[in-house]
Amino acid sequence: MGKPETIIEKIWNKHVVHDEEGKPSLMYIDLHLVHEVTSPQAFEGLRLTDRKVRRPDLTYATMDHNVPTKNRDVIKDEISVKQMETLKKNCLDFGITLADMYHPDQGIVHVIGPELGLTQPGKTIVCGDSHTSTHGAFGSLAFGIGTSEVEHVLATQTLWQEKPKTLNVHVEGDLGPGVTAKDLILAIIGKYGVRFGTGYVIEYTGDAIRELSMEGRMTVCNMSIEAGARAGLISPDEKTVEFLRGRAHVPEGEQFEELAEEWLDIATDEGAVYDQTVTIKAAEVEPQVTWGTNPGMCVPVNGSTPSADDVEHKEDLERALAYMGLEENQPITSIEIDHVFIGSCTNSRLGDLKKAASVIQGRKVNPKVRAIVVPGSFKVKWQAEKEGLDLIFKEAGFEWREAGCSMCLAMNDDIVPPGGRCASTSNRNFEGRQGNGARTHLVSPEMATVAAIEGHFVDVRQYAGALQ
Amino acid sequence: MEAIQKHAGKVFPLNRTNVDTDQIIPKQFLKRVERTGFGQFLFYHWRFDDDGNQRSDFILNQNAYADASILLGGENFGCGSSREHAPWALLDYGFRVIIAPSFADIFYNNALKNGIIPVQMDEEQVSEWMKQAEESSLYLQVDLENQQIVDDERTVPFSIDNYHKEKLLNGWDDIALTLHHEAKITAFEGR
Repeated sequence: MGKPETIIEKIWNKHVVHDEEGKPSLMYIDLHLVHEVTSPQAFEGLRLTDRKVRRPDLTYATMDHNVPTKNRDVIKDEISVKQMETLKKNCLDFGITLADMYHPDQGIVHVIGPELGLTQPGKTIVCGDSHTSTHGAFGSLAFGIGTSEVEHVLATQTLWQEKPKTLNVHVEGDLGPGVTAKDLILAIIGKYGVRFGTGYVIEYTGDAIRELSMEGRMTVCNMSIEAGARAGLISPDEKTVEFLRGRAHVPEGEQFEELAEEWLDIATDEGAVYDQTVTIKAAEVEPQVTWGTNPGMCVPVNGSTPSADDVEHKEDLERALAYMGLEENQPITSIEIDHVFIGSCTNSRLGDLKKAASVIQGRKVNPKVRAIVVPGSFKVKWQAEKEGLDLIFKEAGFEWREAGCSMCLAMNDDIVPPGGRCASTSNRNFEGRQGNGARTHLVSPEMATVAAIEGHFVDVRQYAGALQ
Repeated sequence: MEAIQKHAGKVFPLNRTNVDTDQIIPKQFLKRVERTGFGQFLFYHWRFDDDGNQRSDFILNQNAYADASILLGGENFGCGSSREHAPWALLDYGFRVIIAPSFADIFYNNALKNGIIPVQMDEEQVSEWMKQAEESSLYLQVDLENQQIVDDERTVPFSIDNYHKEKLLNGWDDIALTLHHEAKITAFEGR
């Protein structure tokens, strides 16, 4: 047996097309996901140079960022319409499969990849979207790229890449009751900051990661980019295999079993060495709430906003607090909210909705709160409706919507008004992210739901009946 | 992309860390299907209030920085979203060089693809220039070929990957370069 290797090295070595001393490597890309916002200029580039899409069969497109979630037929913004029509034309002209907003496979690009079984262990996956790291939950090397790189992949099915450094984020022990994958990744970013992963690919390891559902793993990998890492992944195991069994784009029968063996082989070898390792104790992680304007600005729900004495960059703290309309040392539970958003590529899957529904069942959304649930895909929506979750949400006072990115980045009509304050299950609390002047607090679906009920943040663990 | 060997210009000091691409170009401007015309929306909500009037408290709005073409930023410049609209907006506005102690990975790549020189410089030097640019004005000459920046007094070296440097200097089309290896790509696909 050779030297033990990490999954990152194994995937890397299997995808090098061309290597030269002192240069990045030319890497083959197994799956290219495309959406309407970051692709038009790439297709335009192909037209101008008379190039084709090399592998339309390895390319898959959907519409998610702009799509309306209330009524699919009503789009007020003509430029949004143009962007979606442009994608349609591009897919037609270049022979790419498109799940448009009426298609049963439509959804947020990072929700439908796994759902359709396009996402598989060992694959290299790219998309013009930084949350492509989500797909790493399946043991694929998946990362976001810019539009020039989208054009490059369309034309050549390859990318020039520097070999990444490897970072092992080891989470030992078990998460406590009421503490979720979202709290874990927020706590990691809160502890190590928004740039500790820059230049690295993260592998998440340890008992707490093994215990997570595939949905929970996607939540963790999704936010790798918020720690600065372009990609974050988890070695595949039986859970990964079982999630993918029977999906539309995986083979059946014996062929599947053979593929599953290959998938399991890609996992990190015992004794493999990383460039860096950090260790987190899962038992110490508490439900998290962000208070500031980047995902690293987060504290446990029973904590307070920092004081100027606690931080390195005082100006950043002051700016963030001023934008958020908060004071130093302000208890998180004293923060009142008026919007709740359950959705986004971080937390819009069936499991997320089930957990939120179990908290809200038999209760009501606080009258001062506007709360919406936006399923991650058509399939999530249908399955949720089959299980009656839509009725539970609607009965409680939530709006129940069509699938899309929605209020995570407010490119459609789902906008938090200026000065509005939102408990959001999404991934970015940047200034203006959910609307100009809007204030975002990132939380888990369970925490968002209790905030919807109470109108302010509450520790979900103290909330009677909320724990399953 | 346009080749760039040398650039001399005035410095715009943006003394903030973790400037994300949502701030560089807010989402409502991502709907255009062209690569051009984004400069007017650069740092939109920092430059303009809700009524579209210039904010006097944002430094880029001061006359002294109107013709700046070098952006001096803080740690982790360009973090967040992968939107290449961010370098498009910076370039369209007139910035050809960005100097910061560190960059987010995706932004760094996107800048390189658009003929913007991203210069990673140690924090001490950045702070010194930041102060100068804020207090009076600062002009820098950036020489990519020789990997150095000249201010009033000194010549400061910087490092950049050779491969990236060559591409910037020559303005090479990435895809054309890659297609030299097409036979290898085809062979890989046949495996």
